[in-house]
Amino acid sequence: MNFFGSKWIADWLGGLGQITSLTRDAIASCLTFKVAWRDLLYQIYFIGIKSQSVVLVTGAFTGMVLAAQTYYQFHKIKMDTGTLAVVSVSMCSELGPVLTALMVAGRVGAAIAAEIGTMRVTEQIDALRTLATHPVDYLVVPRLIAANIALPLLTIEAMFIGIAASYFVGVGLLGIEPTYAWWNMLKYSHVADVEIGLVKSVVYGGIIALIGCYKGLTCKVGAEGVGRATTEAVVYASITILISNFFLTVTLEHLCVLLDL
Amino acid sequence: MIEVRDLKKSFGPQSILDGVSFQIEHGESVVIIGRSGGGKSVLLKHIIGLLQPDSGSVLIDDENIVGMNERQLLRVRQKFGMVFQGAALFDSMTVAENVAFAFRRQKNMTEGEIAKRVAFALEMVDLPGTQNKNPAELSGGMRKRVGLARAIIYEPQIVLYDEPTTGLDPIVSDSIDKLIIRVRDHLKVTSVVVTHDMRSARRVGNHVLMLHNKKIYANCTPESLFASTDPIVRQFIDGVADPMEVELELF
Repeated sequence: MNFFGSKWIADWLGGLGQITSLTRDAIASCLTFKVAWRDLLYQIYFIGIKSQSVVLVTGAFTGMVLAAQTYYQFHKIKMDTGTLAVVSVSMCSELGPVLTALMVAGRVGAAIAAEIGTMRVTEQIDALRTLATHPVDYLVVPRLIAANIALPLLTIEAMFIGIAASYFVGVGLLGIEPTYAWWNMLKYSHVADVEIGLVKSVVYGGIIALIGCYKGLTCKVGAEGVGRATTEAVVYASITILISNFFLTVTLEHLCVLLDL
Repeated sequence: MIEVRDLKKSFGPQSILDGVSFQIEHGESVVIIGRSGGGKSVLLKHIIGLLQPDSGSVLIDDENIVGMNERQLLRVRQKFGMVFQGAALFDSMTVAENVAFAFRRQKNMTEGEIAKRVAFALEMVDLPGTQNKNPAELSGGMRKRVGLARAIIYEPQIVLYDEPTTGLDPIVSDSIDKLIIRVRDHLKVTSVVVTHDMRSARRVGNHVLMLHNKKIYANCTPESLFASTDPIVRQFIDGVADPMEVELELF
């Protein structure tokens, strides 16, 4: 038991060291501004444009169900018009960035790990290295930058569609008085909530891209290795997003209080 | 010049290379032979810095590449071209994009110049007009030729071949051997060919290194290797599974 426990800890710490090293290399490479624009644009298209349908559906139905659930609870204490305010704050600072990131982690994180993992097992990454191309420059940096650009944009979409859908459910279906609902929403939602959401989305973009690339680059040989790398990329990215969300929320909210935002 | 000194490499508890040393002069064509799983490809990957040894040194033009980081190795690798066993073509790119990959990254040539160089490299490997094909549309032999075109397009000083004829029929293997000779003679490159195809070894090499029991067992010309009466060399050359059969033939 001790042996397996210490091996697991050693592997975990080793992995943490490797991903830290990959992050350092990727940031250093980003600072050289040598990224190929064609690759970057393709990755923005793949991560951003192609993820829109998933993010829009998730944002819309999350906003709708949140509006309905909040309404049913608030209705008991005659606070119906506070419904949209709760939805707005939740969508901007928590649900928008987190759910968008989880959906993108499922779609894009898996695809990144599978693509790079397949390249590794078919020696394409070794071929890159023999062609005097650093795999981090060619494979990691465009994905990292693209995810950092695409995630905030997708998050804004999710916030907007979630609030719009909640307005439709609250006002259109559940009969909340629109003027007070709107007034309360504007009163209790702040620009800082949107800013917190956007900062989180940039961090989550980095997490998805780096974990996907790391799992692909360290993928074990064979179809099973690629399958495992793909699964682990999604699971680890999702768990990291959920855990970091807590720390980000606490840190950013404290920062907002300190800076009086 | 390539010089390998006392190279040792293990993967976990399994030792693969244990004190391998040899030297390859500029312009030489060296064939590395040995049994499957004997560490030939591992040795080749050490020469280009794709793997780092546990100990020992690899000198390329008197510069030790062991311990260099990946960015330092990129500079050294500009002297190399490598043809992989499975060709390792980028499957999301066309043949032309594969062959022109290094030039596109360097960004110091116009599209017209790149197209000319690609056409020349494909001509060299007898695949003219295949620029717009995808790797998936090519046969095994054609893929290896494209891999060779990609390796030679920027005129490296050293070309490494990892089992270039494995999995190909004898006629295609013969054409690949001829290509290796043509590239060696036209571009005046140093060639290092890993193979266990004895016919190919005899044709393309002017020097043979035989890996056996994790060390260089034979380091000689193809003629003296094929004339050898050493039982281990003979067993490999004659392709005999039972060493007793070799001994019976020799006595």
